[in-house]
Amino acid sequence: MIAFIIISLIKVAIVIAGLFLMVAYLTWLERKLLGHIQVRYGPMRVGPHGLLQPFADGLKLLFKEDITPAGANKVIYNLAPLLTFIPAFIVFAVIPFGSKLYVFGYRIDMVVSDFNLGLLYVFAVVSISVYGIVLAGWSSNNKYSLLGGLRSSAQMISYEISLGLSIIGVLMLSESLSLIEIVNQQDKIFNWFIFRQPLGFVIFVICAIAETNRLPFDLPEADNELVAGYYTEYSSMKFSMFFLGEYGSMINASAMIATLFLGGWQGPWLPGVVWFLIKIGVLLFIYIWIRASLPRFRYDQLMRFGWGILLPLALLNIFITGIVVVG
Amino acid sequence: MFKVIRTIIAIPQGLWVTFKHLFKKPVTQRYPEVKREMFERYRGLHYLARDENGKEKCVCCGLCATACPSRCIYMEPAENENGERYAKVYEINELRCIFCGFCEEACPVGAIFLGKEYEFSQDKREKFIYNKEDLLVSTSEAKK
Repeated sequence: MIAFIIISLIKVAIVIAGLFLMVAYLTWLERKLLGHIQVRYGPMRVGPHGLLQPFADGLKLLFKEDITPAGANKVIYNLAPLLTFIPAFIVFAVIPFGSKLYVFGYRIDMVVSDFNLGLLYVFAVVSISVYGIVLAGWSSNNKYSLLGGLRSSAQMISYEISLGLSIIGVLMLSESLSLIEIVNQQDKIFNWFIFRQPLGFVIFVICAIAETNRLPFDLPEADNELVAGYYTEYSSMKFSMFFLGEYGSMINASAMIATLFLGGWQGPWLPGVVWFLIKIGVLLFIYIWIRASLPRFRYDQLMRFGWGILLPLALLNIFITGIVVVG
Repeated sequence: MFKVIRTIIAIPQGLWVTFKHLFKKPVTQRYPEVKREMFERYRGLHYLARDENGKEKCVCCGLCATACPSRCIYMEPAENENGERYAKVYEINELRCIFCGFCEEACPVGAIFLGKEYEFSQDKREKFIYNKEDLLVSTSEAKK
């Protein structure tokens, strides 16, 4: 029992530390890639090729003044950053990031918590982070924040349904809600769910981008219309919590795509953790690449796309999968 | 329907364009480390030239001060031991100067030029009054 607790604590520490490091360097990578795509350098000053930039940014944010606007609802205003920050980091508890490891005959699963409703947990927790955005928008007492929050809630409703429906095809084939079981079923490359569920994969990727409020679905932020959207009034550590939450959920979304459709940590020759990181890295690159290429959707386009195209396609996908599974 | 297909095709096209840009050499000039090469006729900070023997060319005729539209040149003449006229005091107020280059055109002996130096910010207004020691350059530097 004690061994179990100690091992769990070590796993939690490793996952949290790794996640923070990845978030920190994801900001660097994004600025660097965006820079080079726009034929400029990106961060270059702090450290070689700006490698220490994330730490400089973090330090700067720590020393910034923490402002609460007059007329803001203080309790909710302070609660909202936590609501987006914490879910982004606890989602990783159920995502398996490597194969089994045997230490002194003791089996260690490369996942913080192995419970058989993992997928449900992920969707439950991820949905909470949207509340943080909505509440931040409402409690700031600022019209732009409110508009950002409203847009976010509308976007959440139209995309979370398709997101949920798109994985039902995977669930029908895997017959399990446990992420470990889903990964185990994708042991060969032809068993990856991307090949068995191509339509589901496309819908899931699009909805995951919308869910994490990234371009081209960043309507809640929309710098050039809404100042900074829902976090306009936030500064200092509260702002950085939103920021970390956004990047954390980007990593989550990539990890979920990798786990559900790209075989998780499965892969030849290299250890499972390495494969998992490679897959996440490629997906994060695509995230940034799409951000650099595509313009933002208009509000009505977004609604029409979500309800008129993605939802019917997700339903069609379930229908086809059902026919295949039964027949 | 045609419009939908065209839109779907446009997305990978756009992604391909940005992907190609990823491997281009950045056009940014990394300014403090790499200075920009100024063009031939750039008019920057003035300098006073010397002749081959290292003697300053300026004879303090005052034509530059007369030509100057912003009246930023001040000089006081004197005579040296050979009885030749030279500028005892020669000051240019670089804050007033509009860098038109008329002084260079007016000079009959080719003593004053506008160089390519553009980094001469100061923290006090008084420091912008450049005197003769600030402006004089050696013969070798004069071609810069």
